[in-house]
Amino acid sequence: MSQELKDIAQNADPANVATINFGPTHPSTHGIFQNILKVDGEKIISSEQTVGYIHRAFEKLAERRPYNQITPITDRLNYCSSPINNIGWEMTVEKLIGVDIPKRVQYMRVIIMELARIADHLICNSVIGVDAGALTSFFYPFSEREKIYELYEELSGARLTTNMGRIGGFERDFTPVFHQKLKSFLKTFPKAFEEFDSMLARNRIFMDRTKGAGPISAERALSYSFSGPNLRAAGVDYDVRAMNPYSSYEDFDFIIPVGVNGDTYDRFMVRQEEIRQSLRIIEQAYQNLPEGDYKADLPDFYLPPKADVYNNMEALIYHFKIVMGETELPVGEVYHAVEGGNGELGYYLISDGGRTPYRLQFRRPCFIYYQAYPEMIKGMPISDAVLTLSSINVIAGELDA
Amino acid sequence: MEMQNNQDFLAAIQAQFGADVLAHDIAFDILNIEITPSQIHVVIEWLQQHPTLSVNYLTNIAGIHYPESAGREFAVVYQLHSWKNNIRLRIKGYLPKENLHIATVTDLFAGANWMERETYDFFGICFDGHPDLRRILNMEDMDYFPMRKEYVLEDATREDKDDRFFGRNNNEL
Repeated sequence: MSQELKDIAQNADPANVATINFGPTHPSTHGIFQNILKVDGEKIISSEQTVGYIHRAFEKLAERRPYNQITPITDRLNYCSSPINNIGWEMTVEKLIGVDIPKRVQYMRVIIMELARIADHLICNSVIGVDAGALTSFFYPFSEREKIYELYEELSGARLTTNMGRIGGFERDFTPVFHQKLKSFLKTFPKAFEEFDSMLARNRIFMDRTKGAGPISAERALSYSFSGPNLRAAGVDYDVRAMNPYSSYEDFDFIIPVGVNGDTYDRFMVRQEEIRQSLRIIEQAYQNLPEGDYKADLPDFYLPPKADVYNNMEALIYHFKIVMGETELPVGEVYHAVEGGNGELGYYLISDGGRTPYRLQFRRPCFIYYQAYPEMIKGMPISDAVLTLSSINVIAGELDA
Repeated sequence: MEMQNNQDFLAAIQAQFGADVLAHDIAFDILNIEITPSQIHVVIEWLQQHPTLSVNYLTNIAGIHYPESAGREFAVVYQLHSWKNNIRLRIKGYLPKENLHIATVTDLFAGANWMERETYDFFGICFDGHPDLRRILNMEDMDYFPMRKEYVLEDATREDKDDRFFGRNNNEL
């Protein structure tokens, strides 16, 4: 915040101060959350947040559900990149039960998770464009996201809330149509993406609007436990994929882009570069996709094929045990984190050996960094507050759980 | 500089706060340390400022309810991360249900603010010194703490999923 803006915030004349509602339903909140702003003219003096409008008590629900029924709950956290949430949860359970996941599954997961990251970042970045007044660049990447959704659909049957994969692997192997669509995506996406990039990245109007909007320093971002692109935009290269590699991320060559100023423009640029890096990872994983099974040998958790259930006693027993949640589980305490669209998405699972978690806590990056928002917009005009909100990518589902 | 591992962390904390380290174990590569609740703030502050341990990142704060363990019904778990050493560790404090008070760490980590509010909202654990300890996800006028085990989720029509048939007596708590 510049000295000039600080003075405005401090020397506001009480007679000129107005209190206005920014949200709960406002076109630029992209979700339901309220900010009560105190403004002096256009300048924000202070703001107070209310969250929880779509709180669905996920952690309570999870205490009543067998492990495989928790995957659909995770869909509804950050619904812009639900496969990352699904796979993160499955890996948490796999860590608890201690199972070796075939290399092919790990590479398949990397491909899916990076596709999800691309879809997530594309939406976030094009929405920043919308809030800066550029609507064309919002519609443009939608045809590309559509292709990613078709890939999800091919593998899981769903598009938004994907319930992707199973504990132990995937429901099915990459189908021939998936291979064909992925190949065509890898071919056409870079060109379309660079066109999208050229609309905004060096656009004079866009840069003037976003540079300096909603900055946060690296120290403050760390103190607020920021993670993901928002932290990296402030210049800190923390990425769970590099720090604690999971699902064979150590096999891939990618860089972690960082920004300098931690403002809206840096957040935009970090996400843009992450999309390019995700594409690199997908290419590496797809070219080196190992042969093998698309699931681990895990009869206690992985449903047997339906045909076997009708004809084979053992398959029927396993099917029954899984559906009724009668599987024996180890007692233990696991924390597993993945790099979600918004940062470190963690699952803290406490199992007492029962068929449901004793306690499951989601570390939701949105919830943790959104509390810094009043500090980031203090002294800014309302139009910058709008841009800042879309650039930190607060997803109501993840925020409120 | 030499990277510190779980054992080094444990040894350093035990050397400094011997009497307050009530229990410890390593589960799935993460060091769990139980500390006297009144000392947790001191321990976390010491870890944060320690030149070699340098625990710089608060990952999350979780509450847990153990209604059956008398005198230690509630747990507060701080998951911390030292990036320099790439070590995650958990500091745990157990509180009796009659006295659910623990010092806030918002002065050490700004991000603890909402984590503590959430823990208060779910379990009713009071973080003394917190600047604004109110409910966050639930309604202000809610008169109970929903994550406590006595509030069982109801799915009354599902007799096939009755926990009593699976060796857990949730319904009788």
